[in-house]
Amino acid sequence: MIPLSWYLVVAALLFGIGVYGVLARKNAVAILIGLELMFNAVLVNVLAFWRYLQPGETAGLVFAVVIFAVAAAEVAVGLALFIAVYRKFGSSDVDDINLLKW
Amino acid sequence: MVTTFVFLLTAVVMLVAALIAVLKDNLVHAAMGLVVTLFGTAVLFVLMEAYFLAVAQVVIYVGAIAILIVFSIMLTRRVGAAWGAQTNPTWPFALLVAGLLTVLVTRMVRAWAPDQVLPAAAAVPADMTARLGAALVDPNGYVVPFEVASVLLLAALIGAVYVAWGGRKAEKETHK
Amino acid sequence: MAFLQDPTLIVEWLRQLLLGWGLSPALTSLALYVLGALALATGPLLWVIFLIWFERKAVARIQDRLGPNRVGKYGLLQPFADVLKLLTKEDIIPAKADKFLYWMAPILSLAGVLLLWPAVPLGKGIGGNVNVAVLYLVAVGTLSTFAILVAGWSANNKYALLGAFRTVAQMISYEVPIVLALLVPVLLARSMNLQDIVAAQDVWFVVAAPLPALIFFIASIAEVGRTPFDLLEAESEIIAGFHIEYSGMKFAMFFAGEFLHAFTVGVLGAVLFFGGWRGPGAEAYPILGLFYLWLKAFLLYFVIVWVRGTFPRVRIDHLLDFTWKFLTPLALVVLMATAVLDKALVRAGAWPRALGLLVVNAVIWLLAQRWLRKVEKRLEPPMVAQPGQYPVARYTPPEPQAAEGD
Repeated sequence: MIPLSWYLVVAALLFGIGVYGVLARKNAVAILIGLELMFNAVLVNVLAFWRYLQPGETAGLVFAVVIFAVAAAEVAVGLALFIAVYRKFGSSDVDDINLLKW
Repeated sequence: MVTTFVFLLTAVVMLVAALIAVLKDNLVHAAMGLVVTLFGTAVLFVLMEAYFLAVAQVVIYVGAIAILIVFSIMLTRRVGAAWGAQTNPTWPFALLVAGLLTVLVTRMVRAWAPDQVLPAAAAVPADMTARLGAALVDPNGYVVPFEVASVLLLAALIGAVYVAWGGRKAEKETHK
Repeated sequence: MAFLQDPTLIVEWLRQLLLGWGLSPALTSLALYVLGALALATGPLLWVIFLIWFERKAVARIQDRLGPNRVGKYGLLQPFADVLKLLTKEDIIPAKADKFLYWMAPILSLAGVLLLWPAVPLGKGIGGNVNVAVLYLVAVGTLSTFAILVAGWSANNKYALLGAFRTVAQMISYEVPIVLALLVPVLLARSMNLQDIVAAQDVWFVVAAPLPALIFFIASIAEVGRTPFDLLEAESEIIAGFHIEYSGMKFAMFFAGEFLHAFTVGVLGAVLFFGGWRGPGAEAYPILGLFYLWLKAFLLYFVIVWVRGTFPRVRIDHLLDFTWKFLTPLALVVLMATAVLDKALVRAGAWPRALGLLVVNAVIWLLAQRWLRKVEKRLEPPMVAQPGQYPVARYTPPEPQAAEGD
């Protein structure tokens, strides 16, 4: 068996890389990529805890399924918004989207 | 021994790909790095014996979300245009925050020392997928979160279609 | 001859051979796994050679011509000539193309097809035994979609990119009816494992669920990207779509991948709906089971080739309308009806259950036909020539402008 702490450390590293991606990138889609990395880190975390603490229960798996659904919905709406905004502003840098109303 | 080797290999590949995903200026390469990370997560799920979730990860994340991300990168870019620097000038602060967070969590995990504190992990029942399916529709189980997630997906579907469509209608009116 | 009844004896014999050569048990296991993977990857690729010849001959005969008959007797060596030609072609990489992605895309495409084979049960007790095999098939299908997107982008050609977008839109639209149609055998067999689905087919599922079989078949042809759904990659349309910039061996990988994918669709259809390896004597002799599977898959592949030779191409908007407005609602209705009826008939025997479901499928099909007629009446009428009116449409060139010097 692989020790639980190994999974948690990998998830923490992935989460850290995702946080860097969200904070340091200019393009909106690059920020979304960082966000997806964070979601994946959380999934690895949830499932590691499920495997090592309660493998006979379904609660962990259901939680992971709901995270899948939420992540998919969020990416879909986020990208639709991004494309609509791109059509208006012509730029995909989040720094250029600085009008509250147009 | 084999599982340890596979885990270490997957972890290294995953983290290198994640670094590619957040460091490369060429966003299509960054999206490919994301795809490799997503596959790596699926392999980790297989190692944790959550087989259904591993395959669902590939179907949902790689098959839908990654394609969506690559689509929107390609749609908002002229073919052959230069990418330019994609990192903010304030990236050292981002590195500081991310580094602090990672170090903090790793220290917490080490301090908790779960390998010594927790009892040995039980085995996963063989029919886990069937139990998951039953739990998702069981009134005493998790049918309410399941239905709420479905409604959320429906709302996201309608919202995304409307946002993407409404833009085109507005464009048509301005052209008139 | 004992291995005829139990093919795992071959594996045991190989293991003893390797152990006899002094390899450690772990290394022997690894070597056997690698050998098995090589065999599973190479077998279908060698079979593709025959499929290429067969398709060209069959399509030619449907089109009232002979097909290749110069290279070797009956043109049997034609695929080898094709491969030789493609191998010796210059390997052109367009300027400013993304080299790594350009190189990766054909490999990803072929990998997406070969990865389908480990899940297929090849006989009683041999072949794949993946617990979530049906979902695994869908997952691997999305890998080929990804490969096409990468191929279109990396060629640095806006027509290739446009073709790639449309192809990916077509493929992800047709994934929905495939998944819904795949759920019906899972429902009837109570398991996602393909071995269990084959074991549950005392009555072939095509009798109990002909409509999902048809939906799976049509949607898979669109998923592979073959005629009549190949508007986006045929040579005469949008300049060959996403693989325009590919030549030589890279194009050969796309080409071989497409034929292999079509045959794999035949194999999957045979496993899911036509009883897989089951047949007279297949339980006792698994090799016979493999032969039956091959035969059924080849017959389905022949139907796919037949469809290719017969139907004209479907336009892109008709294509997408067809899946979203017809196939998906139909698949949903059939899935729900099958679920309800299966629960009602769960205690009946195999044949009454199958026949009951057949009746439900027939009823749904008739209702769908009536609905289609009503929809057709609302669409614009096709341009049909009236008696005495020839040609149907005439092109009148615009009036010539007066020259400047006049």
